[in-house]
Amino acid sequence: MIDALYQDIILDHYKHPHGRGLRDPFQGEAHHVNPTCGDEITVRVTEDLSEISYDGMGCSISQASASVLHELLKGRTPGEAFEIHEAFLALMQGRGQVEPDEDVLGDGIAFAGVAKYPARVKCALLPWMAFKDAAARAGISVNPEVSA
Amino acid sequence: MTLDLVQVRADFPILTREINGHPLVYLDSANTSQKPRQVLEAMQDHQERHNGNVSRSVHTLGTEATAAYEGAREKIAAFIGAARPEEVVFTKNSTEAINLVAWTASDFLSLGPGDEIVVSEMEHHSNLVPWQLLCQRTGATLRWFGVTDEGRLDESQLDELVNERTKLVSVVHMSNILGTINDPARIVARAHEVGALVMLDCSQSVPHFPVNVADLGVDFIAFTGHKMLGPTGIGALWGRYELLERMPPFLAGGSTIETVTMAGTTFAPPPARFEGGTPPITEAIGLGAAVDYLNKLGMENIHRHEQEITAYALKALADVPGVTIFGPGTPEGRGGTVSFAVDGVHPHDVGQILDDLGVEVRVGHHCARPVCTRFGVPAMTRASFYLYTTTDEIDALARGLEQVRKVFA
Repeated sequence: MIDALYQDIILDHYKHPHGRGLRDPFQGEAHHVNPTCGDEITVRVTEDLSEISYDGMGCSISQASASVLHELLKGRTPGEAFEIHEAFLALMQGRGQVEPDEDVLGDGIAFAGVAKYPARVKCALLPWMAFKDAAARAGISVNPEVSA
Repeated sequence: MTLDLVQVRADFPILTREINGHPLVYLDSANTSQKPRQVLEAMQDHQERHNGNVSRSVHTLGTEATAAYEGAREKIAAFIGAARPEEVVFTKNSTEAINLVAWTASDFLSLGPGDEIVVSEMEHHSNLVPWQLLCQRTGATLRWFGVTDEGRLDESQLDELVNERTKLVSVVHMSNILGTINDPARIVARAHEVGALVMLDCSQSVPHFPVNVADLGVDFIAFTGHKMLGPTGIGALWGRYELLERMPPFLAGGSTIETVTMAGTTFAPPPARFEGGTPPITEAIGLGAAVDYLNKLGMENIHRHEQEITAYALKALADVPGVTIFGPGTPEGRGGTVSFAVDGVHPHDVGQILDDLGVEVRVGHHCARPVCTRFGVPAMTRASFYLYTTTDEIDALARGLEQVRKVFA
């Protein structure tokens, strides 16, 4: 059962994170904390999402999730980014009942097992929530076509 | 006398459970202890046969409930060496007991700017945040003892830290994260020399070794029932009676009063003054039964057992490659609560893999974030022991840590 949580993909991203480190310039930044465990993450984005950088400390799930987020969302249009964001959120909140789409979520599908551990879902979501806030601060809205 | 572990464990129904296909290895007693059959039965028997409200009924059930509730108070008072049962105020937990003192202190200590309250860097948030708030309300200054690299209270600045401006010192008796047992003798002597009161957070000490308030010489202690084989929802404040008498009500209401008119109210003497509303009667009776159970085994025997388990665990953990122990590395002056780091693995992940093997430990900042900061880590993994802990369980922990290392190799 534990193997479903600690997939090799997750452990790989944890040990060899992609795009880690805060970089300039950026237009939006958000710092999120999980008060129960002390995990922290800072996410920075440019207004066109051509750069997403992050730094933080925390468990394998939260740190691997940040690495996957960077890989999946960097260089996407805001519309694409939020489609992926929503798919990841749905997967995490699906209590293990949601079948992930690899075409949309890439390595993110490895987190399907996390959804079965309610105590760990918030670890996986920490970077994604920080990204959402950072994007909002960079002026990227959830539905840019409508609000533009 | 050594504890008969087979017999003791047979009293705890939950210890026969399996977790994820493995026998339960419960190493989280500093968080909450398990409950023996004797406590569960006392509570059920009360509910089934004697339930009535306390201190206000003339009928038989109310009288029986009152006798049982006050009987529990007497047992608890004797257990900690209180001069009289009225010195024990029932609260819902240690946090409420500390808040009771912190919220009434501004009044009975006439606190204001220039006054000082002293705590330590080793405190649980429950013995830190109420004092921070008290200082914010009154303009008093909060100061604190540091923690040494060995995880001991740094008393080197005692005479400067506790001075004529100090009104109250509140420190932990046994750290919930480092396991350190503090001897408060020097602090008590200095505080009383300058006219300050001393409160001791005994949440982790009263359950594990003999605590006698008269010997300690302190003015207040706080402790909680659920860490000492009792149920949740019941704890206690002990205070010297002449101090409790000077303190105003905290959560006022029914039971706390002497006479009420529309114009004003006079209040009952302690402890009733501080026990507003219908108290957790069944829980108090359960805590009384827990005290009976602890007395039957003997607190000295319990302490000796935990010292042996702690020595065994410190050695077992030190033998696992990549494990670093925070706090005192030998059983001297420490209790059966051991926090550690596994090199390169976050505590959350350590706890998750151990749980998969049925080993239940606590991970996180343990409501003592300043201690984690002091040792430069965001979180720690903590194994904590009690009277039912066996060396086999420590072995299971060590094996589990090997598995952790394998997964994250």
